[in-house]
Amino acid sequence: MNTPSNAMRDSFSEPRAAAAAVIPPSQHFYWSVRREFWENRSLYIAPLGVGALAVAGFLIGAIHLPAKMHAASALGPMQQHALIERPYIFAELSLMGCMIVVAAFYCLDSLHGERRDRSILFWKSLPVSDVTTVLAKACIPILILPLVTFVITLATQWIMLLLNSAVLLAAGLNPSPPWTQLMWIHRSVGLLYHLMVIHGLWYAPFYGWLLLVSAWARHAAFLWAVLPPLAIGAVEKIAFNSSHFGALLQQRFAGGPEGAALGAAGMSTDPLVHINPGQFLTSPGMWLGLIVTAAFLAAAMRLRRYRDPM
Amino acid sequence: MACIEARGLRKAYGATIALDGVNLRVEEGRVLGLIGPNGAGKTTAINAILGLTPYEGELRVLGRDPWTERDQLMRDVCFIADVAVLPRWMRVSQAFDFVAGVHPRFDRAKAEAFLAKTSIRRASRVRELSKGMVTQLHLALVMAMDARLLVLDEPTLGLDILYRKQFYDSLLTDYFDGNRTIVVTTHQVEEIQHVLTDLMFIHRGRIVFGCSMEEFESCYVEVTVRPGQIAAARALKPMNERQALGRSILLFDRVDRKSLAALGDVRTPSIADLFVAVMDGQPGGAQGAAL
Repeated sequence: MNTPSNAMRDSFSEPRAAAAAVIPPSQHFYWSVRREFWENRSLYIAPLGVGALAVAGFLIGAIHLPAKMHAASALGPMQQHALIERPYIFAELSLMGCMIVVAAFYCLDSLHGERRDRSILFWKSLPVSDVTTVLAKACIPILILPLVTFVITLATQWIMLLLNSAVLLAAGLNPSPPWTQLMWIHRSVGLLYHLMVIHGLWYAPFYGWLLLVSAWARHAAFLWAVLPPLAIGAVEKIAFNSSHFGALLQQRFAGGPEGAALGAAGMSTDPLVHINPGQFLTSPGMWLGLIVTAAFLAAAMRLRRYRDPM
Repeated sequence: MACIEARGLRKAYGATIALDGVNLRVEEGRVLGLIGPNGAGKTTAINAILGLTPYEGELRVLGRDPWTERDQLMRDVCFIADVAVLPRWMRVSQAFDFVAGVHPRFDRAKAEAFLAKTSIRRASRVRELSKGMVTQLHLALVMAMDARLLVLDEPTLGLDILYRKQFYDSLLTDYFDGNRTIVVTTHQVEEIQHVLTDLMFIHRGRIVFGCSMEEFESCYVEVTVRPGQIAAARALKPMNERQALGRSILLFDRVDRKSLAALGDVRTPSIADLFVAVMDGQPGGAQGAAL
């Protein structure tokens, strides 16, 4: 902070026309998303950790693998398939669970934290609109986290597959069953579809609600996120002795009709058999959910604009 | 075009009136000090100017309505509130990346050059920096934005005197070029006296006083009156009288300097002295007027 050079002082008074380029909205969006990853490293560290744990668990289990494969040869084809599939399914499910937790905490903190530490004043001192900011935050759980989870799940499963083959080869066994029996292309397409459609689009109203609470609450955002739905359920039960609201939430969380179909798909050897994107994507439940999400997000944008930092 | 123009600006938080019909006009190229006691409405006025809070009345900043056009306005306006504002998790290099990514008039080389003069490392996170360094970093960002209006709300709060002095020195030598406008609020009035071109006092949501620094220096005279002359001095209708070290100090508005010189030692008052005098004249002013 000493005396500046003359060259520098001159450059300060240059006409501003040269630098007056307009930055396209897509670039505002890109940097807004990128900064979420700087701030919330749990978005990728948590799934990486879960993936690493799944691999570690698989390695420990691999000690008994040759013996298991011997025993499996005595079983029927369906049971054999289930046995081979189990660790891969387990890795998938752990990563999905991890993703739900990470997404929920991310949403609940994202618009609350910036007011709590007053950094919202810095963000608002830059030419980025509230709409762009909230959309960038919403697209993290709805779009980006499913993709991140997909990539990490795939990598985890491939590492497990290679380890599996190495162990079987070392024991002098045939390494091919997991490669041939599990229909990896179908499985991966099915997983991507499941993550994007169920965890992204179908769950979007949950994320929208959490973002809204995060923009609204002054304290205890978690309580505000959980108590009102519980209260609605309780009032409904007392007033009408019914539990439609609870059933609605439950059905939403379970993945709706598609979730039920995927549950059934677990029984089948081909993960793609029960998937019907055309029907699901045009179902009223999906679109109602997206409309509710849009309303929550619009309210969150408005709140971000009006709310003072805490 | 005026940089900031407000007419009948009002803002109430429930029953508390934060801004009670503020009229003000700041021309481009001025350095305005907005001075007032705590709770006078300084921060509310600044929030309205920056589009952070809705208001009643008319307000144009660089020809725009700040509430409806905040994001466009922020291409031409930059803002330092106090040091707590930069996100604590952010790395210095990330702050540069982000601002360069979203601000059309950010000159990264300029910010880097400014940073090179400090001891801040680019890999550091904001939470690892001292308060003074965070201000330097924020200043580096703001200096490199080619903005037309810079708003500073208590920018040096909690900084020690060395950083405060550096802050205003940098602002004057590196930033202010006669085209840019600066609005600053601070409690440390004495330190910015030499920086300002205009002065405004705000009290209970109203602008109670405003003048340019030229007017300030030519109109207001403070006289340490010699003991025998006190009656003669009072006859000239001082704005204010106070006692210091057993002598009376009287503040005059537009009274001939020569006739005052006969009564005692004459000097230009400090902004703080004038502020106290103006506040004494306000209803219920003196109690709440501590700077």
